[in-house]
Amino acid sequence: MKIVTERRGGKTVLSLKEERLDAHNSGELKERISKLFEEGGRDIIVDLHEVEFIDSSGLGALLSGHKNAAQRSAGFALAGLQPRVKSMFELTRLQRVFEIYPDLCEALTG
Amino acid sequence: MAPSPENILNLDIQVPNQTRYLRLVGNIAQLVAKEIEAVAGDRDALAYHLNLVLTEAVTNAIQYGSGSHAEGKIRIFLSYENSDLCVRVYDHGAGFDLESVSAPDDAALSERGRGLFFIRSLMDTVEYRKTECGNVLEMKKRVA
Repeated sequence: MKIVTERRGGKTVLSLKEERLDAHNSGELKERISKLFEEGGRDIIVDLHEVEFIDSSGLGALLSGHKNAAQRSAGFALAGLQPRVKSMFELTRLQRVFEIYPDLCEALTG
Repeated sequence: MAPSPENILNLDIQVPNQTRYLRLVGNIAQLVAKEIEAVAGDRDALAYHLNLVLTEAVTNAIQYGSGSHAEGKIRIFLSYENSDLCVRVYDHGAGFDLESVSAPDDAALSERGRGLFFIRSLMDTVEYRKTECGNVLEMKKRVA
């Protein structure tokens, strides 16, 4: 899975360079997020603006990150959801669970 | 009156039971949705939803339905006729009781269990049964 990880404004940004987040690559994303928290990551933003498609396993990987952050009282936010991707969060009511920003810029200042 | 051949579509394909084929399967689903001319609503939405439904169904078949066919293939059947879209995904696993699968528990924030929720939400009817060709998850939707 193509993920660019960088530090910006004291936060760790994971930019997903994939059109799809499904059962083929969601396990890898879950591991990457988990590893960042284990290494002391405190404030993680997942930038999804290039992701056009997400399935239940993709949502599961992001939920894993959310729960991991909650256990550590750390920050975990999502940014740049495309309309179809956002609709999947709404269908599962997960938009009420995640901290979601329209784009990375707002997530960095939020 | 019988439907014209242009309004009938049948696809019967097999893909290796590997998750790297999900993208291809999803793309085929989107193309099928875009071939259907009678869609009155949002055709892009139907394409996305069919992509999702087929991705979830094939993922289930890969993860739970391989059985003794660990190196095998997954059969996918897609048809459209008289405004009825039918998707069947076959597996060779132990099978499961569809009725016993409940909606995900919002409060528990479970990481799993939303695949069938998506399928049930986006299709009109969903059935799972044993056949001579293996178990089949059959999903139907009227798209006119």
